[in-house]
Amino acid sequence: MIDIDTVTKYFGEKLVLDRVSLRIAPHEVVCLIGASGSGKSTLLRCVNRLVAHDYGTIRLDGVAVDDPRFGKTGLQKRVAIVFQSYNLFAHMNVLDNITLAPRRVHGQSRAEAEDRGRDVLARFGMAGFAASYPEQLSGGQQQRVAIARALMTRPDVLLLDEITAALDPELVGEVLAIIRGLKDDGMTMMIVTHEMGFARDCADRVAFLDGGVILEQDTPDRLFGTPQEPRTKAFLQRIIASGRL
Amino acid sequence: MIPTAIGGISVTVVFGLMAWVVTSAEQWPRIKLQFFNIDAMIAAFPRVLQGFWVNMQVWLTVLACVLVWALVLAVVRSLRAPWFAPFRLMVVIYIDIFRGVPALLLVLLFGFGIPALNLPGLPNSGLFWGAVAMVLSYAAYVAEIYRSGIDAVHEGQRAAAKSLGLSEWQTLRYAILPQALRNVVPALMNIVVALQKDVALLSVIGVRDAVREAQIYTATTFNYSSLIVAAGLFLLATIPMARLADYLTRRDRERRLQIAG
Ligand SMILES: Nc1ncnc2c1ncn2[C@@H]1O[C@H](COP(=O)(O)OP(=O)(O)OP(=O)(O)O)[C@@H](O)[C@H]1O
Ligand SMILES: [Mg+2]
Repeated sequence: MIDIDTVTKYFGEKLVLDRVSLRIAPHEVVCLIGASGSGKSTLLRCVNRLVAHDYGTIRLDGVAVDDPRFGKTGLQKRVAIVFQSYNLFAHMNVLDNITLAPRRVHGQSRAEAEDRGRDVLARFGMAGFAASYPEQLSGGQQQRVAIARALMTRPDVLLLDEITAALDPELVGEVLAIIRGLKDDGMTMMIVTHEMGFARDCADRVAFLDGGVILEQDTPDRLFGTPQEPRTKAFLQRIIASGRL
Repeated sequence: MIPTAIGGISVTVVFGLMAWVVTSAEQWPRIKLQFFNIDAMIAAFPRVLQGFWVNMQVWLTVLACVLVWALVLAVVRSLRAPWFAPFRLMVVIYIDIFRGVPALLLVLLFGFGIPALNLPGLPNSGLFWGAVAMVLSYAAYVAEIYRSGIDAVHEGQRAAAKSLGLSEWQTLRYAILPQALRNVVPALMNIVVALQKDVALLSVIGVRDAVREAQIYTATTFNYSSLIVAAGLFLLATIPMARLADYLTRRDRERRLQIAG
């Protein structure tokens, strides 16, 4: 479904992604792990073209993400992203947040967009908050709205960038439960996470990114159980030492 | 209770002393005659008030034009598409020029200079071109205020909008500008008050505003009380605006604290 083929990305002089290759099959869930600054967010952002990569190709069902066939918004309709800091529009209530793109970008009527919006909110237990503003919600609630917003256009792929990292510990569970639900529905996902427990039981495959290079990728059992690369081992040891595995 | 009383008493004493010192000065009767002559004030009042009405009209018109034109400048400056580079550069040059040249000089240049050209099809009044000069000058400041508001909106809001497929213009229109404008209301209020006074600059090109009318009276009677009348009218208009500005600033700060906390 997604084919990342020897992708290289520089920020100025700095090499951030170095010939990264990764394939994600339909309905597959791939977790990206790695130290801060290893390029995880950048790789995700290249997939939905928030960041333009410099070399290599990223294809969605065989079509390069920078192919004009996607038009201005075709890619964004099929590949959605959720951010660590929620990034809900602070001046809009929940319903306006999630219906903005369907109405303004995809030409739906207000009634049509709001009908679907209420359905999606209900699914995530946010039905009662349609008229609330982001600042009135807890972090977990905001993140659930952000997930709802990403799913409004029925994307085929969901990119999640450390979506629980900014949450209080007791709110992490409610968000992860939603992601497990999406996996059960067959959503294809690329997930950057520091929640190794979650990666272990939710991912079909885990890829370890180090200094812009995918050093190792494998099933969670093998990657967490018998890592091959010394740097993977060292990374996992640090995680274990800090009590997060 | 007691601090309030002490405050009240001390204000009364200090101001009373000052009034006593001033009024008991040897020159006070002359000052009073020249600046605070009640008869002269009453005589000048209708014309100065009429002039002040001109000030208020010009103020509101210029203000409306400034707010719109500055928004255009700020939006052009913040659009990031590469092919927009020449327009961004134009705005940067514009702002440098019109912020760098004194408003008074611009008013003279436009208010006297352009009507003298007798350009066909364009208005010939000094009032019109003087007001244009004010708009051009003030818009340069206000554009920078807008821009600071736009820059203060978190980068994540842009990323979210872009990831949802919004075009750059839609991102500005729906996600960034509404938040940016709310951020800059307090700063804009100060500009509104400053503009209210600076409209008086147009008096130098003969626009018969409050200052001009007061000057005309002064020139015929050699009495300055009419200027005091004009000053009083300005204060009457600007002090409530300044209080409103303070209030909005305070409310804005409380809102931010609430979000932060
Ligand atoms: N817009 C940008 N401009 C310049 N450099 C950037 C930009 N975004 C990221 N970088 C740099 O690229 C490198 C990789 O950043 P990235 O955000 O992808 O790392 P990450 O693995 O997601 O880290 P973290 O776990 O801290 O989120 C970092 O060194 C970062 O400083
Ligand atoms: Mg990151």
